[in-house]
Amino acid sequence: MLEVRGLRKAFSGFVAVDGVSLSVATRQIAAVIGPNGAGKSTFFNLITGHLRPDSGTVLLDGRDITGVPPHRICGMGVGRSFQRTNIFARLTVFENIQAAFLAHRGRGRDFWSRSESFYRDDTAALLMAIGLGHEADTVAGTLSYGNQKQLELGIALASEPSVLLLDEPTAGMSASETHEAIRLIDRIAGERELTVLFTEHDMEVVFGIAEKVAVLYQGRLLAEGTPAEVRGDPEVRRVYLGEHA
Amino acid sequence: MPASLVFSQMMSGLTTAMFLFLIASGLSLVFGVMRVINFAHGSFYMVGAYLAWQVVHWLHPIGPSFWLAALAAGLGVALLGGVIERLLLRHLYGVDELYQLLFTYALVLILGDAAKFVWGTDQLSVSAPPALAGGIQIFGTTQPLYSLFMIAIGPLIAVVGWLVLTRSGAGRLMRAAAHDREMLGALGANVGVLYTGMFVVSSFLAGLSGALVTPIQSIVPGMDVLIIVQAFIVVVIGGMGSFWGTFWGSVIYGEVLSFGILVFPSFSLFSVYALMAVILILRPWGLFGQPLR
Amino acid sequence: MSERRAISAPTGEGVIPGKPPASAAVVRPRLARGVPWILIVFLIALTLPWVGSRYDTFLGTQIVIDALFAVSLNLLLGTTGLVSFGHVAYFGVGAYVCGILMKTYGVPFALAFPAAGLGAALFALVSGYFCVRLTRLYFAMLTLAFSQIVWAIAYKWNSVTGGDQGIPEIPYPHLDWMSAIPGLADLGISQRFYLLTLVIVAISFAVIRRIIRSPFGRMLTTVRDNPERAAFIGVNVRAYELAAFVIAGGFAGLAGALYGIFSRGVFADYVFWSKSAEVIIMTILGGINYFWGPPIGALVLVWLNQQITDYTQYWPFVLGVLLLVLLFLFPGGIAGGLAAGWRYLKSRRAPRRA
Repeated sequence: MLEVRGLRKAFSGFVAVDGVSLSVATRQIAAVIGPNGAGKSTFFNLITGHLRPDSGTVLLDGRDITGVPPHRICGMGVGRSFQRTNIFARLTVFENIQAAFLAHRGRGRDFWSRSESFYRDDTAALLMAIGLGHEADTVAGTLSYGNQKQLELGIALASEPSVLLLDEPTAGMSASETHEAIRLIDRIAGERELTVLFTEHDMEVVFGIAEKVAVLYQGRLLAEGTPAEVRGDPEVRRVYLGEHA
Repeated sequence: MPASLVFSQMMSGLTTAMFLFLIASGLSLVFGVMRVINFAHGSFYMVGAYLAWQVVHWLHPIGPSFWLAALAAGLGVALLGGVIERLLLRHLYGVDELYQLLFTYALVLILGDAAKFVWGTDQLSVSAPPALAGGIQIFGTTQPLYSLFMIAIGPLIAVVGWLVLTRSGAGRLMRAAAHDREMLGALGANVGVLYTGMFVVSSFLAGLSGALVTPIQSIVPGMDVLIIVQAFIVVVIGGMGSFWGTFWGSVIYGEVLSFGILVFPSFSLFSVYALMAVILILRPWGLFGQPLR
Repeated sequence: MSERRAISAPTGEGVIPGKPPASAAVVRPRLARGVPWILIVFLIALTLPWVGSRYDTFLGTQIVIDALFAVSLNLLLGTTGLVSFGHVAYFGVGAYVCGILMKTYGVPFALAFPAAGLGAALFALVSGYFCVRLTRLYFAMLTLAFSQIVWAIAYKWNSVTGGDQGIPEIPYPHLDWMSAIPGLADLGISQRFYLLTLVIVAISFAVIRRIIRSPFGRMLTTVRDNPERAAFIGVNVRAYELAAFVIAGGFAGLAGALYGIFSRGVFADYVFWSKSAEVIIMTILGGINYFWGPPIGALVLVWLNQQITDYTQYWPFVLGVLLLVLLFLFPGGIAGGLAAGWRYLKSRRAPRRA
């Protein structure tokens, strides 16, 4: 479904991503892990069009989407959540999701109708699905951190993606919140038959739901395989045991 | 065009350039480190000019006091800047840039009228110090001594400033702050004091240049707006926060202005803004600046 | 990370961080439903020529025109999060286009007026194309540069714009047809023009409000709150910003056209950068977070100007102090203050309902 070949990006001499290749099969849940500075976020940014790669290709379901700008990639079925919570802080939760629907379904050129009348049922349904139904009228900026992350997932889902890229979806969460978030992602991915690629620091999370794990280190792909395979890989152990006490 | 005319224009352009450099360097300094565009910088310049006039006026019975007045002007405006920064500006750090811009604009309004209130609307002027009055003959033209002084002072201050920036501890702090404020604070450097210091230095430069310009230009209301726009343009051409950029930007602007007026009398007004627009469109970070993070 | 950030904090009114949000769930104030408040205000405004003096009508015309100018700016500021320091450029282009067409070429108002709006919108399209490519500080400076270019052209192009003499004695539009409407026959030309202006501005408000509430407007607010996120729900941020810029410019041009006729002339200093700052102050004073904020700001500022200039010539000083007070104490402006007061009252009343 998602295939990355030889992606490379350098910033004034510093090579952030160095010839990384990865493929994620349809409906697979895959994780990209690696220590800080390994290039995970840059890698994501290259896939989603926020950065243009120096070389390499990104294929979505066989189509070349390398370097396509973010607002068009979204329309092609790629959804993304960001590391730092990215929501529309001054809109209500309901309006956040509704806006995503409006954008995705091409209503943005409508200058005349009242925006609040569109897609109310779909918005409500999605809110229930991600567990924020009771917060529909809350201004998004006042939500708790965990709820904001949920909302962010919701916004990504509103674009009706086939591939979901989640950048550190459980960053900053407590153990129980993390558990909740992972349950949610797992369930939604199953219900909507999504392909998921996420980055994470938390190993428990990764080994909990990932079917495939790729390890990035200093911009290069260090190892790739099932969680068990990766866990046992000596290189990976060196990197992680060397890095963490 | 006769060579003497070219020479004259070139010298005149350089004089303008050095003044602008003095002023623009303060503006660029504050922007580079604090990311604040201080619209009121031109007002500080104007206040410096008025203060210099005032001191000369008071000390007139005693004798000529140009240098003392210039120093007093610089210090006076430095004090003003320090007070403003401590009491007001510091509450706006980290807040949306729009509010900082509007704050400095409010200062322009307030200081402009305050100056009118104190000194009235008549043109005032200050004579050059006796040592620098008069002129000398070069290449068949008479160059005012005072202009030559300014042309010499500019690069001198540039070099001194450059040395301070690159060699001193304070300079290192400033350059570090320009790159990453938060990191600096985390390292324990007292960012608050640094900012106040920078603002005070910048204000001193503004006040001093205002005082120094008085033998060449009359002091009038509206000189604050006129100068800030030009300083803006210089800083944009040279690149925000770039020290040498400001220097060369001033030179380029000064010469373009000087020769442009010869060719098109209506040149200055339109072309200056057009130049600014073109630079912003093509290369917003100017000749020497860095693209904004 | 992008340099752009929302103009206001997520909650509450205005921006100073560290200020606690107004309340956990912010409820947008709604006055009693079913009462057409706007209509009532409009009808009251209509009665001004009869209820007030000629001078009051004069002030009223200025307020209404400034209100349109400020509302057009707020489409950029409050709705899209774009800070333009050169909005007066489009006001000026509109004023000159209408003035030149009417005075020099004798074009009737009915044609010159829309032409002014179109001309301003066109200029906004060209200048905006370059401006929206820049991040916000540079964006602000480029808008300023364009605005000063307009000023410089207006000041120097004697043959077309009259240079520093400007275009004096712009004729009023033919308003004789108003005599046919019962009750209007006795009104002088300036009073008739007030009514015409009021109606035009009211229609403009209705259109702008419609646009803000439309899906297009919703997209603009996403750009304001989080351009990065907006891009990733499928919004072409630059295209939307440019569209907002053009619409705002067009309406500013209409305001300028009206102003030229109202002040019986168009002069270069209408386009000086200080005017842009004045309209920004007016908008913030009224409150950028509410549609009716800017018109309130226009009302208060024009009234304040009249009061102050009777006593002192130091209007810029007052303006500066006012701005300082707003920035530090009331960033939400008047509308923001009223809304906060409203919420407070509602929260006091709530326990009784339980």
